[in-house]
Amino acid sequence: MASSMLKYATSSVVKKQVMGVTGLLLCGFLISHLIGNCLMYLGPEVFNKYAHALVTNPLIYLAEAGLASIFLIHIGLAAKLTIENNNARPDKYFVKQKTGHGATFASSTMPYTGLIILVFLILHLLDFKFGPLHTATYGGVEMRDIYKTVVDYFQSPLSVLWYIFCMIALGIHVSHGFWSAFQSIGFWHTKYTCLLQCLAKVFAVVITLGYSALPIYCYLQGGN
Amino acid sequence: MSSENLMTLNLKIWRQKNNKEKGEIVDYTIDGISPDASFLEMLDILNEKLIKEGSDPVAYDHDCREGICGMCSLMINGQAHGPEAETTTCQLHMRKYKDGDTIVIEPFRARAFPVLKDLMIDRQAFDDIIAAGGFVNVNTGNPQDANAILVPKENAELAMDAASCIGCAACVASCKNASAMLFVSAKVSQLALLPQGQVEADERVKNMVLKMDELGFGNCTNEAECEASCPKGISISNIARLNRDFLKAAVTSND
Ligand code: FES
Repeated sequence: MASSMLKYATSSVVKKQVMGVTGLLLCGFLISHLIGNCLMYLGPEVFNKYAHALVTNPLIYLAEAGLASIFLIHIGLAAKLTIENNNARPDKYFVKQKTGHGATFASSTMPYTGLIILVFLILHLLDFKFGPLHTATYGGVEMRDIYKTVVDYFQSPLSVLWYIFCMIALGIHVSHGFWSAFQSIGFWHTKYTCLLQCLAKVFAVVITLGYSALPIYCYLQGGN
Repeated sequence: MSSENLMTLNLKIWRQKNNKEKGEIVDYTIDGISPDASFLEMLDILNEKLIKEGSDPVAYDHDCREGICGMCSLMINGQAHGPEAETTTCQLHMRKYKDGDTIVIEPFRARAFPVLKDLMIDRQAFDDIIAAGGFVNVNTGNPQDANAILVPKENAELAMDAASCIGCAACVASCKNASAMLFVSAKVSQLALLPQGQVEADERVKNMVLKMDELGFGNCTNEAECEASCPKGISISNIARLNRDFLKAAVTSND
């Protein structure tokens, strides 16, 4: 029983399905994180209070552990699949040309855009979550002034550019990943597949533009 | 045919003595090729020349030469079965090329398809996948009435589309992951869509996928290069069907 479960769980089809499901969950995280970020436009108090409420909620550890495991599964499996795929053709072609009707730039660069996002993720955590500590007091409650950490960070144009570059990579990644997840799970219908592919592109643009707007806003805010 | 239409071509062909030795790209120049010749006829002309010179002719697979058997293969300028959509190598004609063109010809490459010699590969792996489940068991006895089993027209057509797979392996060759998903999904779908295929449906999809994995094919990343290179235009919607059928069979399996 257990061994047969393992046999199916480690099959190529299920591995891809796990990639798809974790990917879609991460897409959900992207949306919620983006909405949270948008609170920055409402000023330091709103944003800091939101961040404070988030980190002081006891459920945060559970949520963080869940999120971390989704990330780790997605990344670990991606590495495994990429290595396996590489091994499936040990002797490479002398010339290889795409048909022009199948692979897209996004689909053929998934491992690379994924790697960029991974590097970004680590730096992002170091810069913000574990970044410089400032405090602010609202209504007698002292809390972390994460707003200042963020605005300070984006005073460097290089940080802004790096951030936007990574968000473009992220957009490219999800523009294939989003619909690909549905294909892997087995959701295919003449009516909806086209729609999903379009939706993936719209989602990618929203994510890239949505996330890129904030660093520009912070940069323009300057020292104020 | 006036002789000014005849072409001279530069060929770069993968030559490999056998399964053990390393191969290499060898340059050949061939002239007097008519635009009306098929791609394989062009190789025949080259081979005649090589034989006359006393050298080893280029080994390549072919059989029907009318696009139905799936024996011909060849990676032509980096594309499986060459540049034309929904066309096998044997149906490709030299009118696609012009005088002085360079054409690179390689075997279909995948770990699961070892090169036997030059451009010939061993596609036994596909037969092994079929043997793992790509069939229906039919009891012998009196034939029943042909109309006794109803098949929805749409399913009959989808099954027929899937059944047009000739097993040439262009899907594997063109896939950057050397995945066999399009082939397996076509062979699963052609039976899964029909009532006759239902009895063994779960076992079939499980066994064929596990066999495919065992043989060392890569994992599908939904790029659809397979669909674009398939001489029969088989749709990746079959892959989605395979994915959901496999999941269902794995979740509900008793073993
Ligand atoms: S030789 Fe039969 S399909 Fe090309």
